Amino acid sequence: MSWFEKLIPSRIRTEATQKGTVPEGVWTKCPSCSSVLYRAELERNMDVCPKCNHHMRIGARMRLNHFLDAEERLEIGQNLHPVDALKFRDSKKYKDRISIAQKKTGESDALIVIKGSVEGVPVVAAAFEFAFMGGSMGSVVGARFLKAVEMCIVENIPLVCFSASGGARMQEALFSLMQMAKTSAALNKLAKRGLPYISVLTDPTMGGVSASFAMLGDIHVAEPKALIGFAGPRVIEQTVRETLPEGFQRSEFLQEHGAIDLIVDRRDMRNRIASLLAIMTHRAAQ
Amino acid sequence: MNPNFLDFEQPIAELEAKIEELRYVGDDAEININEEIGDLQGKCKTLTESIFSKLEPWQISQLARHPLRPYTLDYIERIFTDFQELHGDRAYADDAAIVAGMARIDGKPVMVIGHQKGRDTKEKLKRNFGMPRPEGYRRALRLMKMAEKFRLPVLTFIDTPGAYPGVGAEERGQSEAIARNLFEMADLSVPVICTVIGEGGSGGALAIGVGDRVQMLQYSTYSVISPEGCASILWKSADKAPDAAEAMGITSERLKELGLIDRIIPEPLGGAHRDMDAIAASLKHALLETIEQLQAIPEERLLELRYERLCAIGNVNDVS
Repeated sequence: MSWFEKLIPSRIRTEATQKGTVPEGVWTKCPSCSSVLYRAELERNMDVCPKCNHHMRIGARMRLNHFLDAEERLEIGQNLHPVDALKFRDSKKYKDRISIAQKKTGESDALIVIKGSVEGVPVVAAAFEFAFMGGSMGSVVGARFLKAVEMCIVENIPLVCFSASGGARMQEALFSLMQMAKTSAALNKLAKRGLPYISVLTDPTMGGVSASFAMLGDIHVAEPKALIGFAGPRVIEQTVRETLPEGFQRSEFLQEHGAIDLIVDRRDMRNRIASLLAIMTHRAAQ
Repeated sequence: MNPNFLDFEQPIAELEAKIEELRYVGDDAEININEEIGDLQGKCKTLTESIFSKLEPWQISQLARHPLRPYTLDYIERIFTDFQELHGDRAYADDAAIVAGMARIDGKPVMVIGHQKGRDTKEKLKRNFGMPRPEGYRRALRLMKMAEKFRLPVLTFIDTPGAYPGVGAEERGQSEAIARNLFEMADLSVPVICTVIGEGGSGGALAIGVGDRVQMLQYSTYSVISPEGCASILWKSADKAPDAAEAMGITSERLKELGLIDRIIPEPLGGAHRDMDAIAASLKHALLETIEQLQAIPEERLLELRYERLCAIGNVNDVS
């Protein structure tokens, strides 16, 4: 206790809190039901709350780790890194935002692509790192997506993409908008080859990502209660000046309106997608 | 303040008002003031030239949204003959924020598709301020596929603040409608020429903006988000829109430098709205020239070139 605190009469003195005695990151509070969860157990449960089934946001590597078979993985396009061609500067320089995001996530940009297999079915899988600038799509995301599609065509194998993105990356201005056209054009090539593409929409999939490759799957799968849409709910609320319907832009709402095929629990994802891909590629049942 | 002039044009408006005044006096005055009027007109032209020679991106974005700026139907009226508007997406509704139909340009049959804004309050509401809903994009796609069937080049005119952010639009799949257009336009087997005539607002613009040639009128803009939207997200204040406009590089000149568009169509002094016939004639000339170029390319090659063009867009650093 400092000399100053000793001067304060005990009845108005605030007790020092017990904060800091528990090591960081051992416990996690579920953002949906507020249950306090043991971190290690939560990870074993693929970051799905065991109490309320809330699907928390997870990183791209972890997602691909859960999804792909352990053997024979090959990362694609990791040599492609972002550049600040426009010398974009808002309250921070884009260049600095890139290095902050890179340090924070350990990734060079927001999309990770790995060739591997799911329960023995060869596949190229891509996943968004939402923690990297909100999973925003710039030139690198577009270029890696294109590489993913090209690899599928060369190897004659299906594509699976897990989206989690706020949309286009404003700091790359019109270049980022054009990635929508580029990725959609690539998927047209993939479709011409008769190769399956499964788009998995996770929380959140919005804007330019939603309005391009995320909505161009042969099959649209969503995780429960993921926010999926074109315009953000706040923008819509301001435009129409009325409160939005319950569950608006959530997976269940999209399924009801016909935009997605399936809602799949994260813990079943690998199994369900493997089964779909096996059928689409005429492989024998497992 | 004259509402037909933007803030930065007010000095021009004042001079023009003075000229009008003199003309009025001139009718019954004994002295010959024609000379003075001529002088003032010269001055007015010089002033306009000087103001327009150093426009800021934010000023250009105001010109792109000028209330008198020619819209798609103004161009259709001046450039094409035999235009017949074709309505509806065959699934849900007809969206008045997009006009589309078959027409002839110099006798050649084409398909025309464009965003349409309204002039007065009633029409603005009818046109939903040029913000399409999914049915608008689906109608555009229906007619593009029809153009493919009947071998008609597709000419699109882009002028929208963006796709409409509304509850119904989301329910009916705004994202999917835009994505589907990008997917199909990448592989449409007829020439596609896209012209930004006013505001090129984000995904709502791109949804009819994938083609073999993308051109912009001099004072139009094209961007991933409006300067106001960008400013309120990145600067946390919509007042910073001029800074956002500058940073994003939304003008035809900047986008041409960046290699994102192919051609700039120069506008008359003071902007397209000062002389609609002149700008329509320039646009018509550019369209005819481009149609001819593209029709000379065999279909397979055309699609290859379009794909290569799309794949080449972006800046990455290969560290391998």
